[in-house]
Amino acid sequence: MLTRRIFSSLVMLLALAGFTPAMAQEKSIVVASTTSTQDSGLFDLILPLFQAKTGISVKVVAQGTGQALDTGRRGDADVLFVHAKAQEEKFVEEGFGVKRFDVMYNDFVLIGPKSDPAGISGTNDITAALVAIKAKEAPFVSRGDKSGTHSAELKLWKEAGVDIETAKGAWYKEIGQGMGAALNTASAMNGYVLSDRATWLSFKNRGDLDIAVEGDKRLFNQYGVMLVNPQKHPSVKVQEGQAFIDWLISPEGQQAISDYKIDGKQLFFPNAVQ
Amino acid sequence: MRASASDLPLTFDDVSLTTGAATLVDRLSLTIGPGAPTLILGPNGSGKTSLLRLCMGLISPSKGTVRWGARADSGPGRRAILFQKPVMLRRSAAANVAYGLAQADCPRGQRARRTEELLDRVGLLALASRPARRLSGGEQQRLALARALARQPEILLLDEPTASLDPAATRFVEEIILAAAHSGTKIIMASHDLGQVRRLAGDVVFLVRGRLCEHAASDDFLDRPATPQAAAFVRGDLVL
Amino acid sequence: MSETVSAWQLIATGDATLFAIVELSLAISLAAVAIAMVVGLPLGAVLALTRFPGRTAIIVVLNGFMGLPPVVVGLTVYLLLSRSGPLGELGLLFTPTAMIIAQALLVVPIIAALTRQTVEDLWLEYREELTAMGVGQGGRIATLLWDSRFSLVTALLAGFGRAAAEVGTVMIVGGNIDGFTRTMTTAIALETSKGNLPLAMGLGVVLIFLILLINAAAWGVRMWSEQRAG
Repeated sequence: MLTRRIFSSLVMLLALAGFTPAMAQEKSIVVASTTSTQDSGLFDLILPLFQAKTGISVKVVAQGTGQALDTGRRGDADVLFVHAKAQEEKFVEEGFGVKRFDVMYNDFVLIGPKSDPAGISGTNDITAALVAIKAKEAPFVSRGDKSGTHSAELKLWKEAGVDIETAKGAWYKEIGQGMGAALNTASAMNGYVLSDRATWLSFKNRGDLDIAVEGDKRLFNQYGVMLVNPQKHPSVKVQEGQAFIDWLISPEGQQAISDYKIDGKQLFFPNAVQ
Repeated sequence: MRASASDLPLTFDDVSLTTGAATLVDRLSLTIGPGAPTLILGPNGSGKTSLLRLCMGLISPSKGTVRWGARADSGPGRRAILFQKPVMLRRSAAANVAYGLAQADCPRGQRARRTEELLDRVGLLALASRPARRLSGGEQQRLALARALARQPEILLLDEPTASLDPAATRFVEEIILAAAHSGTKIIMASHDLGQVRRLAGDVVFLVRGRLCEHAASDDFLDRPATPQAAAFVRGDLVL
Repeated sequence: MSETVSAWQLIATGDATLFAIVELSLAISLAAVAIAMVVGLPLGAVLALTRFPGRTAIIVVLNGFMGLPPVVVGLTVYLLLSRSGPLGELGLLFTPTAMIIAQALLVVPIIAALTRQTVEDLWLEYREELTAMGVGQGGRIATLLWDSRFSLVTALLAGFGRAAAEVGTVMIVGGNIDGFTRTMTTAIALETSKGNLPLAMGLGVVLIFLILLINAAAWGVRMWSEQRAG
């Protein structure tokens, strides 16, 4: 009877949906990383290499750094791969992480409209640029999401001597979203935004935007990797997670990272200490 | 779950039915016994439908008691009712009859055969697989009749079953009703149609505004009505 | 999926990633609706046919839950399934199973509320007949559900539409993991955030097309069924 046939197909579908993850349960780990790292496309290159070598599939959950650290604290990820050194070290101190390793770095760039309402083009002094933006109340988009980029942005305002909490007005837009969304918003409103270079290079919807300030030493952006502490969360896959970390900081992994290029430009610079 | 005791005689003991301000049935006392069909007559709004629903046990009286045989309970037992606008289930004609059989605890193995018998009895065998909702008015009445007869009822209640049917369809339905009456089913039927009284009735219950006006053998009612209202009704006047 | 390629090219060349994403999206949403059906249809029918203290309050809440914010449901399920949460032992976070559960929670109120309304309306029509035939409570539920099946299909489609279209729930509990929990909606969100707007839009059109296709199929089944049963 028709209804019976429909019913059994639904049951099969249900079973299929339920079993697919079971079938895909070869060795795998969950890595909580950042939206900027994912949006840059780095993982598409290096993860298949790691899997080919070890047979371990890496499931990347891309969240902001703040959320990624929270995920680690809850034990929902095995490895964290983020770029907020101070917060990472605190994470290890609090006992949630085993040990933090440097992996790679790139830099932040200040993106802005070619029309340059704050009049900062040509400078490579980031703090001076920020002061000018605030003075002219030029539109500025902030991640506003406790991410690595957001933390870096707040640090730079502080170094520029601006108390952004009190100084912010209608010109300062905190969107609480990832790097791509922030760039989209800046593009739509012709505003300034602090971005990591990798995401900018792979970003397609530039509109009238271009790099306004780069090269300042204070725009350095360090990435680190940590294993979530199995003593806090016994469910952590220690062996496979450590294998991933070891590979990332090994010469092979480091080479894979530097091989990642967009339009011939290298996005990340490996700097792991052996 | 079939009651083994008889539902007859059907006794109304000073029964009243009120909803809000309206009195639908007013201090009615009546006994309906087995035998030839009893027709319930009366102008519109006289309480015929309410009386039938009380007979079926679908509603309880506000005052007084209804008794089936000696019992005062109202389980459907071996009664069946055919509403003026019967509800057709959203399935084929045969499936509707099978549903009625299932509700009457007919064993699964016998259902197909009995469905066929019942459809044949009401002349719908050719339309067995037609969706019930697409039957004509008369066909739907006959299907509902088949469904009611599936219960092998001791009492069959009908609410003006031929009110909206053409004469040919009316005759067909009356034939089925008479056949059921002859095979022992007690027919209690509301009607508008004096001709139907002559054709079918053993006795007549005449209602006016919820009250029992007259209860007599059908010939007596038609030829020698005892009350002025009955006389007016038989003459064809409006009874107010 | 390459950024420079448009959605149509991916379809034309039968891109494996795209088809995997489509398959996963459909599997998750259809499974969620199936579960919601099993829970919601009887729940709605029982609510329609029974009377008990607090019934009105339950109906109002159920109707209100048709508009449950997906992201709130996602967050709630996330907290339940997290390793630090009460159901952490199951290890279901960031899996398609978690996504099915979360979407089922979104869809149950829709199916239950619409079923309740439909069955209650039909009960008005069927009440006397079914009582006269001595149909018990279980029989009433079965008969009313079956006889209102065409209206209920609309409720199921509404539920499916909700599941297939939402992104908040599956993003949070699934994690948008490439090749594992990435659905059409989360892929569109991702491509948008990467600035690949034409690709994102193309995927969006594909998604709408799929939803329309399913609706058309359901309509076809209904038409054919109505032919047979009126």
